[in-house]
Formats: sequence, structure tokens, C-alpha cells
Amino acid sequence: MKKLVIVLVLSLFSGLAVAGGGDVKLDSANIDLGDRASLQRGARIFMNYCMSCHSASFMRYNRMARDLGLTEEQVKDNLMFASDKVGELMTASITPAVAKAAFNTVPPDLSLTGRSRGADWIYSYMRSFYRDTGAVSGWNNSVFDKVAMPHVLYELQGEQRAVKNEAGHITGFELAKAGSMTEKEYDSAMRDLTNFMVYLAEPAKLVRYRIGAYVMIFMFVFFFVAYMLKKEYWRDIH
Amino acid sequence: MDKIIDIMGQGLKWVDDRYPVMKVWNEHLAKYYAPKNFNFWYYFGSLAMLVLVIQIVSGIFLTMHYKPDTALAFASVEYIMRDVPWGWLMRYLHSTGASFFFIVVYLHMFRGLMYGSYRGPRELLWLIGVVILLALMAEAFMGYLLPWGNMSLWGAQVIISLFGAIPVIGDMLTEFIRGDFVVGDATLNRFFALHVVAVPLALAGLVFVHIVALHKVGSNNPDGIEIKKNKGSDGIPVDGIPFHPYYTVKDIVGVAGFLILYFAVVFFVPEFGGWFLEADNFTPADLLKTPAHIVPLWYFTPYYSLLRACTDMFVVYGLVPLTIIMTLMVLKANQNTMVRAATVGLAAVLMLGYFTLEAKFWGVVLMGMGIVLFAFLPWLDRSPVKSIRYKGWMFKLALAIFVVVFIILGYLGTQPAAGPAVLAAQICTILYLLFFLLMPWYTTWDKTKPEPERVTK
Repeated sequence: MKKLVIVLVLSLFSGLAVAGGGDVKLDSANIDLGDRASLQRGARIFMNYCMSCHSASFMRYNRMARDLGLTEEQVKDNLMFASDKVGELMTASITPAVAKAAFNTVPPDLSLTGRSRGADWIYSYMRSFYRDTGAVSGWNNSVFDKVAMPHVLYELQGEQRAVKNEAGHITGFELAKAGSMTEKEYDSAMRDLTNFMVYLAEPAKLVRYRIGAYVMIFMFVFFFVAYMLKKEYWRDIH
Repeated sequence: MDKIIDIMGQGLKWVDDRYPVMKVWNEHLAKYYAPKNFNFWYYFGSLAMLVLVIQIVSGIFLTMHYKPDTALAFASVEYIMRDVPWGWLMRYLHSTGASFFFIVVYLHMFRGLMYGSYRGPRELLWLIGVVILLALMAEAFMGYLLPWGNMSLWGAQVIISLFGAIPVIGDMLTEFIRGDFVVGDATLNRFFALHVVAVPLALAGLVFVHIVALHKVGSNNPDGIEIKKNKGSDGIPVDGIPFHPYYTVKDIVGVAGFLILYFAVVFFVPEFGGWFLEADNFTPADLLKTPAHIVPLWYFTPYYSLLRACTDMFVVYGLVPLTIIMTLMVLKANQNTMVRAATVGLAAVLMLGYFTLEAKFWGVVLMGMGIVLFAFLPWLDRSPVKSIRYKGWMFKLALAIFVVVFIILGYLGTQPAAGPAVLAAQICTILYLLFFLLMPWYTTWDKTKPEPERVTK
């Protein structure tokens, strides 16, 4: 019996090891959905850079305006490059056919990437592009090996080179050519972008915590009242 | 005021002359006498009904906006999440409700195991319950395809392909279920029809029958004794109390406690760390992109583990010895020629099957047995007492092992089947089966305590 328990416990941990192994270590994005200024800065980066090729085709501009505390005029003048009606869905400037010709693949829709990949993945991915002369685009990424996407933000981050150990594994990056942002500024910008993409993946997240808090308060009061009622009725049962 | 009450009384009489309102009210609530010693475990029956209602109501609202079409389904769910007022709430109530349904039902079943609620005269009540569990599983499985995420597609693809392991008719059967050679639009449409109309209707009917059966035989209780054996001069069980108002007010407390946990998940962690909503299902279904590992949702993983544990080696070193030993044990314990002949015949058929049919088929059989074996419990348990309170150490140990094994199998079902995880799942599979198969023996050998005359605290 004892032996069996040991085998079972060990097998549990080995199962965990299998599940954890092979994945790239991700940095914590540490985002704050309550930070509206950060969401707005993230939206600016997203609209300026990402949406040239990627759509967020489940999301409407006016919904974003409302949630981020912007007027429809502000969104129209500063954030809309791919369409001209605020009620429209966020569709990429590039058509799928052109994208296919340029990248040999259609860039994925980014509406739900914040949920399917998660915040830490996006944050790490956007900071892990490096120069790779062997790749078609001239870029590679340590989080997503052989990704078809070139480093769109290289003007901001600069160009990174991968530092590898003897086994050929990437251990870190060195900056080969400086960009317009310092490392700290770039990380902060990517945190804003990640923040926005997490919002984009589930706009209801901005309200559900608040509503949830009221619901919980009501439920605790209800529980107390129900409990007192039960006690009152059950007094004569022995 | 008196006048209003008078008018209401007349109204009630008018209806009661034409429909047995008061009769039903009395038989099932005001004069249905339930044992007074129900404990924590007796909340889960009424809670299961509550979740059924939550699922039906939230489901109706989702159906108003959902589109069962492979080209539109995924986007329509996101439309519900973003553009439909309170759509996100309806969706999370429904997705969280699915998981809570199984939590509640598994705990409801565990209560039955502990207190022997499956024993006579409640065998039929228990069997109806097993059918409800099967219907619920079908309902959950088909509902999971509807969001048309990538895990929806691949989960359905894997589970439906299991039927292909059935000899001769397998391939035909999988095509019949899918309505296509792959999981596609035809599958989505029929699963929608079954999920929204057919199975809920069946579930509602089964739950009704379950309650009618319960009220015929009366509720069991933590002492496992029949309160109807001890009636007062008024014909009312001395340990019974009217369901209404006593258990209606008590169940409201259970409802409040349940809703606190349920809403905590709905509003704060609807994905529940990937256990209730999987990250892979936020990518649209794509037949060209197979997810790294395809995992069913947690409530199916114990059975998925039973399925995967069945390798070629397991058939030879697990099922063959198990069949031989069980056959010898039945032969030794039973002198009836008919039973002995039937046992040997069944064993011979199984043995022939083990060496002619592929292991995958036996995996499907095991997965089915994992649920069907519950239906045999009323006849497998030979203990003179019903409740775990008066059973001996053997039953207590067996039940404890069963619960641990169920949880381990559930966990292993979420992990890749490789290395020691396979062996662990195989050991657990044998233990799972033995809980049922050895029950006639260990419940006979077990030293029990005498049951009390009256219910205790």
C-alpha cells in the first residue's frame, strides 16, 4: 500500500514535469486593467502598428471609445486608420490576399490573443525579436521560433542579437542597434500594449469585477438572512 | 384584508376543483415527511435542480443570439460576449454552470455511496440517477462543441472517433454521429438540436421521474435506517418532519452558500485557471491546426483516463488476470450451476475478445463501464447495514481509495499519457474496477455495527 502511494505521488510530479517542460520561460506582464491611461497608450500602439496587418474583427471602435473614456471624435481623428465609421469592426488595412502574398500566411486575428495566449506570452513575445539572417523576414523570435512576422517595432526597440550558450540555446539578448526608446521605455510600452490586448480579448472584464463585488455583498447578506430564518424555523426540531 | 384572503381562498378552491393543486402540494411538500437528520451532504439534490434551472434559463438567452453554423458560430459567441447587453454574464453563467453541475452531481452521488442510498427500496431511484448522469454527460459533451473553438472541434473529433473502435459497425457509426467524414457543419447543427431540445427535454423528464420515485420510497438519511418503520399514532414517522417549511428554508441556506461560490467564479475567475474554459478554445476551430494535447474538460477526465490506460500491455497484464481471478472467485463463492455456467461463458467470451479485438476497443468498454458499474451497486453491496456510519473498516477503506483514485484519474486525464503517468493511470483503473467488482466480498466480510432504532444527530 505504502509503495503504491509513493508510486502514485511520484507519478503526479513527473506528470507535472512533462507538462511544464519544453515551454519557454515567460516574463510576467504585470498589467493593470484599471489604468486607463495605460490602456489608451496601448490602443495607440495597437492602432498604429498592429492593425496594418492584423484585425481585431470581433471588436467595434465605438465600444473601445466608450470603455477607454475617449470621445468618438478622438477615436476617429487619432486611432482610426483602417476604416471611417466608429460603429465598424476593427479590420486590418491589408487584405488577406495581399498579406498571404507578402508573408505566405494570413496574420491571425488579435481579438482573443489576450485569452488564447495570455498576457505574459504577448509581453514576452513582443520583447523577444532578434536578428536572424537565416529567416525570410530577417527576424526570428525566441518565444515563437521561425515566426513569419517581422519585428514591426524595431524602430522603437532597436535591433537585438541573440546570445547563445554552447548547446545553442538562447540565454539572452544584446542590443546591436539602439532604437528610439530605452529598454525601460520599450518594456513599459509593451506593458501598455499587452494591457490593451487583454482588455480587447474581454471588454466585460472592466465591469465584471465591480458588478461581482456588489453581487457578493448581496449574497453574504442573503446568506445571513436565510441562515437566521432557518434557525428560527428549526428551533422546535430536536 | 379578510376579504382579499376570502377571494384568494375561493380562487384556490376553483382551481383545486379542476386540478389537484393541494394534493400535489401536500404529497410533495407540506406532508412529505423527510428524516430530520439530514446533514451537509443532503443539499446537493436540490442544488442540482437549481443548476438545471440556471442552465435552462441562461441557455435560452444564449440561443437567442447564437448561430449554429461553422462559419458564424465562433463569431456569434464573441458577439454575445461583446455586443449583446449582459451577454457575457449569460455566457459565464452557462459555462460555469456546466462545471458546477458536475461538482454538485458528483457530490450528490458520493452522498449516495456513503449512506447506502442506492440500497433497497431505492434501487430504481438510483438507476434513474445513473441515466440522468449519462444524459448530463451527453448534454455537456454536445454543448462543448457549440462555441466552435479549436478544442471544441478536436475534443469532439477524438471522442466521436472512439466509436470507430467498435468492431464491424464502428466506421459506419462514427459517420452516422458526425453526419460527415469529419466533425463539420452537419455535426454542429445536430449537436445544437440535441443540446438545446432533445437532451434537456429528456433531462427534465428524468428529473421529474427521479423525484416521483424518491417521494414514493422516501428519503434515505445519514443513519441509513427507514423512518417509515417507526410511525406515531397519527401515522407520521416519528423521525420525519414536513419537507415544507423545514427543508425548504434549510435548502435556501444551501442555495445561498452555493451561489456565493458560483458567483465568485462567474464574476472573478470564469476560466478558473483553464479548468472551466480552456485557453485553446479561444482560437476558432481549424481542422489543420491540431492542439498540442487534446484534453476534455475536467468532469470527463477520470473516464478519459480509463480509456487511455487501456494499452495492449494493460489488456494482457491487467484485464486478463483480472478476468481470471474474478471468474475463480465467483465459481468458489457460488454453487448455482446456472450462475457458474454463465460466468464461465462470459469469461470465455471476454478472453476471446481480449486477443482478437484491439486495445482501443477495450478502452472504450472500460470508459463505459466506469459509469455503468454504478448501476450495479444496489446488488453488489451485501452489507447488512446501509450507512457508512455502521459499516466496518473494509468499506471505509474501499470508498476512500475509490475517491482518491477518482481524483488521481481526473488529474492524469489532463496530462499527456506518457511515462509513469500511464502506469499510474493503469493501477488506478484496476483499483477503480475493484471497488465495484470486489464489493460483494468485502461488504460480506466486513464487521458492521448495529444500526440504531431511531435516527441520531
